[in-house]
Amino acid sequence: METKLRAVLPDHELVKLYEQMVIGREFEEACAEQYTKGHITGFLHLYSGQEAVAVGATAGLHKDDYILSAYREHAQAIVRGAEPKRVMAELFGKATGLCKGKGGSMHLFAPELSFMGGYAIVGGQLPVACGLAFSAKYRQEDRITACFFGDGAVNQGTFHESLNWARLWELPVLFVCENNFYGIGTEVHRSSALPTVHKRTCGYDIPSEKVDGMDVVAVFKAVKYAAEKVRESGRPYFIEATTYRFRGHSMADPAKYRSAAEHEIWKSRDPIPAFARRLLDEGIAAEEELEAIRKRCTATVQDAVTFAEESPWPEDRQIWEDIYV
Amino acid sequence: MSELTYRDALNLALKEEMRRDPSVVVFGEDVALYEGSFKVTRGLLAEFGEERVKDTPISENTIVGVAVGAAMGGLRPVAELMTVNFALLAMDQIVNHMAKVRSMFGGQTHLPMVVRMPGGGGSQLGAQHSQSLESYFMHCPGLRIAYPATPADAKGLLKTAIRDPNPVIFLEHELLYNSKGEVPDDPEFLVPFGKANVVREGSDVTVVAYARMTVLALQAATELAKEGISCEVIDLRTLNPLDVETFVASVRKTGRAVVVEECWRTAGLGGDLAHRIHEACFDTLRAPVRRVAGLDVPMPYSREIEKLCIPRVETIAAAVRDVLAASV
Ligand SMILES: Cc1ncc(C[n+]2csc(CCOP(=O)(O)OP(=O)(O)O)c2C)c(N)n1
Ligand SMILES: [Mg+2]
Repeated sequence: METKLRAVLPDHELVKLYEQMVIGREFEEACAEQYTKGHITGFLHLYSGQEAVAVGATAGLHKDDYILSAYREHAQAIVRGAEPKRVMAELFGKATGLCKGKGGSMHLFAPELSFMGGYAIVGGQLPVACGLAFSAKYRQEDRITACFFGDGAVNQGTFHESLNWARLWELPVLFVCENNFYGIGTEVHRSSALPTVHKRTCGYDIPSEKVDGMDVVAVFKAVKYAAEKVRESGRPYFIEATTYRFRGHSMADPAKYRSAAEHEIWKSRDPIPAFARRLLDEGIAAEEELEAIRKRCTATVQDAVTFAEESPWPEDRQIWEDIYV
Repeated sequence: MSELTYRDALNLALKEEMRRDPSVVVFGEDVALYEGSFKVTRGLLAEFGEERVKDTPISENTIVGVAVGAAMGGLRPVAELMTVNFALLAMDQIVNHMAKVRSMFGGQTHLPMVVRMPGGGGSQLGAQHSQSLESYFMHCPGLRIAYPATPADAKGLLKTAIRDPNPVIFLEHELLYNSKGEVPDDPEFLVPFGKANVVREGSDVTVVAYARMTVLALQAATELAKEGISCEVIDLRTLNPLDVETFVASVRKTGRAVVVEECWRTAGLGGDLAHRIHEACFDTLRAPVRRVAGLDVPMPYSREIEKLCIPRVETIAAAVRDVLAASV
């Protein structure tokens, strides 16, 4: 028996989770279109399919807990509160973007939201997360650090070094592995000797658990529990959220290495319609309300695209700015 | 001769060398089943099987380290790093192991290995994915470094790299993969290391370049010819060994030089080349050597400002005009 949603969160917060997943998806699908039009260039890694992880996890954290992620992070930033139009402008390379057009899709950053960045070197964010957690601990701040990374990152030295370090220094880090079963075209069992990612933490004496990353409420509950553990104990905790990306690794990847059957199974578990059904079944929201949310999200994303289109390019002199303080 | 892309020329070099020598093995992230993120290893798994063509975890330092050990043990590994940017995670194995093992152990072993890596900027990949690190490798003794400009050189240099008894850093430019050119069919076609190529003869200014910078320098030379300026363009082909003789002879003839590098200017390889020219040609130089280099900034994503950070045909042509204007 699934827990009833109302036992977990009040109605308006449940509906908000839905809205956040919808905006995450709408945003990504708009990005795909803008990439095809040539407005977004470079690498573009979309999050479609994985929304329940960012949305559930962010809801389970405090607002000022630090969040770090990899390069598939648009939804992470938006769910944390970044304005979709400033994210879109960044992707367009415009001066109004979150990072003035200098970062691009893979490098969003919003310190006022404690969103401490998207990083494009696989595994690069894990030591940085430990450092942020150390600073928070040292300054006696009541904030933990949530660090997101993929299944591909777990074979980097920094993964092992960071887990060991976090446990050794008793750092309040919540490691969240978004296991979408592929690192580009390599399936997890072809890159990891022990493909059940969460079991790897035993070497570092870090408690861990696996959660269904297609179920936003399950992720929320797991992260909330884990975050409390981290806060109480001052020690790291590890969550593996199993999920799936509906698109290729990036826009350049047709994802031929996955079977249509596999794709279909995961599509049938799409976290957004699945959650909508539960909201309806349990009488938390009516279809009209959900439809209104979808319309609102589409409009927000459309506004974001217009804003990005109309925004100015960075000026040439900005090349030399923001390098040294 | 066949017309091939730079990508397919590299691919052919790998296939020919694997057919020729069973000790050649290929491994790296997504090189086998996915056939490489830039598709340079296309068809290798199908032809040579999984004993010789292997996917690895995302563990760059260990990719290079395993290649070092495999080479020490008698194989000829050709490892791929998905891009040069990730070589920074492997700098320990590259600099402390790959480059050191032979001399540190008194010449008792050697490493017939190649580490291939695409690099360069200009694709709006942002600061962490747009780097040109050739100077980093060039700074380190013990490594051979090849960086082809054309499909023919891509094939010939990679084959030489695989047969070379020394450890080779083999750089490939991401923006050249689709470029086309005539490539010799002969499976014994090799381009020797340490022999720069005079790709265009001229009398007024010598332009020294490598890889994509050679392509841009040639375009600049075509533009400048319309103004009556005659450029001699030299493609270094390998950065180690460095064919000083060829570019020095050229500068002795023209009396002027422009050095073009894609990497950051400060402490970049162009400073070293310019110094070698100044030392060897002091008596015949008619102007100080000019440098055209990447700007000293982390690469911005936005295409409108990214393009200003990388040498262009215009900036090379301007440097040539400058060196002429400054001549005594
Ligand atoms: C150090 C490093 N090596 C290789 C890459 C190239 N690369 C980018 S994403 C990726 C796969 C990562 O997979 P995973 O961690 O599972 O994240 P996902 O893309 O599935 O979200 C690779 C190999 C990189 N960016 N950084
Ligand atoms: Mg993955």
